[in-house]
Amino acid sequence: MNATSRLLPVAATTAVFLIGFLVCSLTFPNFASLRVVMNLFTDNAFLGIVAVGMTFVIISGGIDLSVGSVIGFSTVFLAIAIERWGVPPLAAFLAVLVISALFGAAMGAAIEYFELPPFIVTLAGMFLARGASFLMSTESIPITADLYSHLAEQALRLPGGARLTVPAMIMILVVLGGMVLLHLTRFGANVYALGGSRVSTALMGVNVTRTTVLIYTLSSALAGLSGIVFSLYTSSGYSLSAVGVELDAIAAVVIGGTLLSGGYGFVFGTFVGVLIQGLIQTYISFDGSLSSWWAKIATGLLLFAFIGFQQVTLGLARRSRRHATGGAHA
Amino acid sequence: MTPSDTPTDDRRDPAPLLELAGFSKSFAGFRALDGVSLTLRQGEVHALLGENGAGKSTLIKCMTGVVHRDAGTLRLDGALIAPRSAAEATQAGIATVYQEVNLAPNLSVAQNLFLGRQPTRFGLVREGEMRRRAAAVLAGFDLHIDVAAPLESYSVAVQHIVAIARAVDQSARVLILDEPTASLDAHEVEILFAVMRKLKARGIGIVFVTHFLDQVYAICDRITVLRNGRLAGSATTAELPRLDLVKMMLGRELAHATAERAPAAASGEAAGEREAAFAAFEGYGKAGYVAPFDLALRPGHVVGLAGLLGSGRTETTRLVFGAATADTGTATVDGAKVALASPAEALHLGFGYCPEERKTEGIVAELTVRENIVLALQAKRGALKPLSRREQDEIAARFIRLLDIRPPDPERPIGLLSGGNQQKALLARWLATEPRLLILDEPTRGIDVGAHAEIIALIRRLCADGMALLVVSSELEEIVTYADEVIVLRDRHHVARLTGEDVTVPGILAAIAADVPAGEQAA
Repeated sequence: MNATSRLLPVAATTAVFLIGFLVCSLTFPNFASLRVVMNLFTDNAFLGIVAVGMTFVIISGGIDLSVGSVIGFSTVFLAIAIERWGVPPLAAFLAVLVISALFGAAMGAAIEYFELPPFIVTLAGMFLARGASFLMSTESIPITADLYSHLAEQALRLPGGARLTVPAMIMILVVLGGMVLLHLTRFGANVYALGGSRVSTALMGVNVTRTTVLIYTLSSALAGLSGIVFSLYTSSGYSLSAVGVELDAIAAVVIGGTLLSGGYGFVFGTFVGVLIQGLIQTYISFDGSLSSWWAKIATGLLLFAFIGFQQVTLGLARRSRRHATGGAHA
Repeated sequence: MTPSDTPTDDRRDPAPLLELAGFSKSFAGFRALDGVSLTLRQGEVHALLGENGAGKSTLIKCMTGVVHRDAGTLRLDGALIAPRSAAEATQAGIATVYQEVNLAPNLSVAQNLFLGRQPTRFGLVREGEMRRRAAAVLAGFDLHIDVAAPLESYSVAVQHIVAIARAVDQSARVLILDEPTASLDAHEVEILFAVMRKLKARGIGIVFVTHFLDQVYAICDRITVLRNGRLAGSATTAELPRLDLVKMMLGRELAHATAERAPAAASGEAAGEREAAFAAFEGYGKAGYVAPFDLALRPGHVVGLAGLLGSGRTETTRLVFGAATADTGTATVDGAKVALASPAEALHLGFGYCPEERKTEGIVAELTVRENIVLALQAKRGALKPLSRREQDEIAARFIRLLDIRPPDPERPIGLLSGGNQQKALLARWLATEPRLLILDEPTRGIDVGAHAEIIALIRRLCADGMALLVVSSELEEIVTYADEVIVLRDRHHVARLTGEDVTVPGILAAIAADVPAGEQAA
């Protein structure tokens, strides 16, 4: 793929989002406002954070099915730690990040040392984390700590009654940080290289084991962070929260133009993919009469459309490359 | 030049760059390398040659630490080194570029050149600086391309040069090129040679593995030949004429073996020539695969295909069996024109095929001897007419007795049998279909000496029974004992056809080594 065909999927995703936004604005008079956009950010912050981690995993040629469960576990752990054990919220946040990072590192190590497929290892991780959260509590536990109500009030006030909330700010920081890490560091180049050819990457002297462990550590730690944001958003901890979010995250990544087979993709595309999913939800809530299951159906159709689109652009790029071979050297 | 005076020859030259001494390696009792030595000098292009299984790959893997050798020392600039992985070897100064370009195709050319050592500031890659340096490195090879573009947008030749540039830029002193030219066209090979000459001028030593003798004489200063895991000889290119080189690779001593030609094969020629061809091919070929050839296969007649590795022997058999489809020429069977588009059609015309790669293309290791033997017959009959268990048992028992397959247990998984017995079971599979033409690709490869003789005796017997045979073999002494006609291949062309009294080891060797572009010689 040349530079243009690489950017094409992201451009298409962005266009779909803009067209979708335009359609919504024409349908609903109050839609086109900063307030709706900010709410879009807040409501999908937890998904955006976890999808950034998923982007790294998928570009490296892997998959992480455990993130939804890690979010669920994080919310339950926070509720119990803060409410029952009396741990200060900030300390509990730190503990969640450390636990989830270690969990991801363990999965990455299992993938590397036992040469297991990421699908199986993270599937096991999914059951483990979900099971552990059920073990701690099967009920929804409200979090009443002062910091939670305090953080919920904190927001950057923008014109038109719009509020940039703390979850939204965290997501934006994660997206920006993810872009820098993926596109501007050696680690990011290694992630792409792994997705391009694992064997070659190892032969080029890249520490493949270390890179893989780091990728899953990052994904899990971001899932932990997403769990913190989710508990802020709902002010509670519940072992059944964020069921299936791993699939929403994968959908966002793929809609964002990342190739599921690895090697190609952008964090920005994932961000837009998250916004598109949020946009569909918002449309349904504005409409009021549609069942929320339509969101799933629309996401499914979009996924099909984007995967088809990717195959076509890939095919075109390969054909044009065949015509161009040999003429490149001076 | 004989192997024994090579060491003295080596000592005469000054300051070797890389010295391998007494390299040995066994895999599960099989000696892949046996006391091999090689000396590479500064600014030297050193060809490493040998047929399949000669030990080239093993030697390279042992040098670069990918495989751990059992014995042997490795010195770079006189100092002992012992790399334990490709990465360590690269750090020590020995870089390898494989036939398959081992770079990340999705990354930019610049990232590929500097992956793992990109210039950074505050942890961030300095993209502009990296591109500038990448362009400078490639300019040293007269390659002026957009280094920001992904590697996969360039031709394989450019990718090879990027791989070489990466290796050399990491302060490589020794560069191993493992068949880099196999997928390049003539123009691209020239570009690669220009790069190699530049590296020579910089004092880098290059080990060059190739199958193309023309390329050896075009660029190499010295040649080392391996055969069956041993050093067959080493000499400067100037001292080693083509014919001697081919002899060294194939391991022939001209003096013996010629007399062993079976009288049956020598006299049977005239009779065979008179008989009508069972299958005939005219101008049959496939672009980029095998140049068009004529071939007539007669009952009771053995045609041998001889040539070096990669000369197009296996490709010829695959065309004949329909495993590859010809794009020119005609095929006739019993005088009627046929389209050999698939092995299934060939099977129905009465063809049988024993491939060279017994393990990957021939046997199904987990199935029993009986199941392996009836496989082709069942395929020929079709899934709707299953062979009864009793029929299967009969067929298996008959061929186990006939071919003396050991142990004579039809229910043993075939993977547990020795190579020779696997080969016999494979033959049995095709004989069970009662073919009129049997194609054998390297029927005696990898089997012990005793089994060799049995397989050859079997080939003669089949021939006497009126079967047409097409046999590929690297064992020239063997081929002259049973072939009525030998076709010699070089660079994917059928370059010579020897019959009757002309079927001799020296005759075949001369045809293989002839210094004439393959396309200009009549088959």
